[in-house]
Amino acid sequence: MRNDSIELIISGRRQRRRRWILVTAALAAIACMLCCAMLLLGNTIYPVKDVIRALSGEQIKGVSFAVNTIRLPRMLAGLFAGFAFGIAGYTFQTMLRNPLANPNVIGITSGSSAAAVFCITVLHTSNTVVSIASVIAGLATVIIMYLLSRGRSFSIGRLILIGIGMQAMLDAVISYLLLVSAQQDIPTALRWLGGSLNGSQMRELPPLVITVFIFAPIIILLGKHLSLLELGEQSATSLGVSTDKTRIALILSSVCMIALATSTTGPIAFVSFLSGPIAKRLTGAGFSNAIPAGLVGVNLVLAGDLIGQFAFEVRFPVGIITGLLGAPYLIFLLIRMNRRGEL
Amino acid sequence: MSSSSALENKQLSPTPKNFTTVMVICVVLLGVCVIASLVFGSRLVRFNELIDGLFHPEIDTYGANIVRKRISRTVFSLLCGAALGVSGALMQSVTRNPIADPSILGVNTGAALFVVSGIAFLNISTANQYIWLALAGAAITAVFVFGIGSMGRGGATPVKLVLAGAATSAAISSLVSAILIPRAYVMDQFRFWQVGSVGTGSWSAIATFAPFLIAGILIAFITAPALNAMALGDEVATGLGVRTGVLRFIAALAGVILCGAATALAGPIGFVGLLSTHVMRLILGADLRFVIPMSAISGAIILTISDVTGRLIGSPGELEVGVVTAFIGAPLLIFLAMRSKVRSL
Repeated sequence: MRNDSIELIISGRRQRRRRWILVTAALAAIACMLCCAMLLLGNTIYPVKDVIRALSGEQIKGVSFAVNTIRLPRMLAGLFAGFAFGIAGYTFQTMLRNPLANPNVIGITSGSSAAAVFCITVLHTSNTVVSIASVIAGLATVIIMYLLSRGRSFSIGRLILIGIGMQAMLDAVISYLLLVSAQQDIPTALRWLGGSLNGSQMRELPPLVITVFIFAPIIILLGKHLSLLELGEQSATSLGVSTDKTRIALILSSVCMIALATSTTGPIAFVSFLSGPIAKRLTGAGFSNAIPAGLVGVNLVLAGDLIGQFAFEVRFPVGIITGLLGAPYLIFLLIRMNRRGEL
Repeated sequence: MSSSSALENKQLSPTPKNFTTVMVICVVLLGVCVIASLVFGSRLVRFNELIDGLFHPEIDTYGANIVRKRISRTVFSLLCGAALGVSGALMQSVTRNPIADPSILGVNTGAALFVVSGIAFLNISTANQYIWLALAGAAITAVFVFGIGSMGRGGATPVKLVLAGAATSAAISSLVSAILIPRAYVMDQFRFWQVGSVGTGSWSAIATFAPFLIAGILIAFITAPALNAMALGDEVATGLGVRTGVLRFIAALAGVILCGAATALAGPIGFVGLLSTHVMRLILGADLRFVIPMSAISGAIILTISDVTGRLIGSPGELEVGVVTAFIGAPLLIFLAMRSKVRSL
């Protein structure tokens, strides 16, 4: 009898593991296909052979410019930003145990944006300084929000309300900075307000790529601890997680990724919010969903950009497409949570 | 409501002790605001020019004409502020929720969506047409947001309402951008509206606005005693002879008319209702017969001060008044969230 149930549990776990691997592989495959599509599609559709030759460094008239200068940076920006948004959003949602607690809703993105716009329009600093400032501002926003929402006892509802208030203030600051800034700085700064892959350049990418390569593995490695944190403070501690250290490492990594992804593509609406829940739906419970969530983020950004580029007569930036897809889901999620009395 | 009619009610419930003081301070502040709004701007007006502009219509100097231009703007901002203040008081009372404000509930973006669709698909272009579309948009969004926010256990708690409002705003603003991007001409027309500015205030806009303002404020004054009763709870109110369903509907309608009309003409301006009502409640207590009129006055003061501030710090251009009110209003939201108990979130 006892052996039976143990075997059941083991086989169930094996099944879930198989599902996790399958889903992750499928997501990765779709992401690869979307990457190829990003390189192949455009105003002119070049033969695959030419695209590959252009990528490997051969100079082909027309193809080289279109692929290497326009499409490749665009694809890479979408790839890394999507991964960063997805994985960071998932981390926040899991850590705070609430799908609504994501960097967009609680104002972290606005903090980074405000700092970046300030650096661009007022201080005229280099890209590196902009990136660093946006990371610091993102972290500062998190810390301030945490301190404000601590009160007598921490509550996620309070955190969200305070986050929305902070966001309103920071957005006001951004509007002010855009108003007083010189005309030539505005296009650069506007990028910080609506997410778009338009005009991604190769030289802007290294900070984001490096950040993702450093911090995504940290979050993935801490995945097990993160799942334990989801059980609640006390359970996690008794299962051997040093909760404070884990939390600090996780917050630091996610904020760095969010800030740099935002500095490259702007805040692409709802990607960080949608990725976690979608990944969870697909893989089921039981395993850390950091990688699937990141891949879902990649797929959302790349698919959104392709739809925005080619599905309509006009080219829409990716942020609008993800916004149109994501907002109804947010409303649906709210309705469901309200019905169940989870809020 | 004047202080004399407030005094007549003394037997029923006493006038707040500090009512006269508050009234005097507010009127003085209002006067200061009006003068500041006439004097300050991208060009500072001298005192004799101010006098010329106000009292000597025959004098035709540059400064006097600037003052005359600024008169309509000032009147418009006072009226809009009053409308937003009363609207905030009504909405907070109807939803029994301290953070109900047109901007937080997403009503502004709802109005914006309808106006944009009107410009894009129906080729409308006059304020008279804007106002009806904006009212419809505001009403539908308010019902939608409140519907989602009040589902489930505990009714419409602040956090549920805020989230429903934020989600709806996000959805609607994506739609607005999707409509705008392919249509440069709509973008041009919409930009003037979107800025959330009282700078467009002309006498014709005021004339369009006035009937809505008067209707809304009248309803607010008439329903104030009944709303007071409803604050004690629906059962008590019913016992006192109030038909709560009808009352809620009428008061909410007045709230939406006020903020919808203000939004239609001035563009989205947030947090004025939240700020003015809370300040007045803090000073005067919960009696809506005093809070509503004083919210109107303080709303007018807040919006006009914000407008002047926007003109000064944005000089030589101007910073939209909606940006200024968001910056001073949002800390109040944070403060309210910090003070509230976990249960009531």
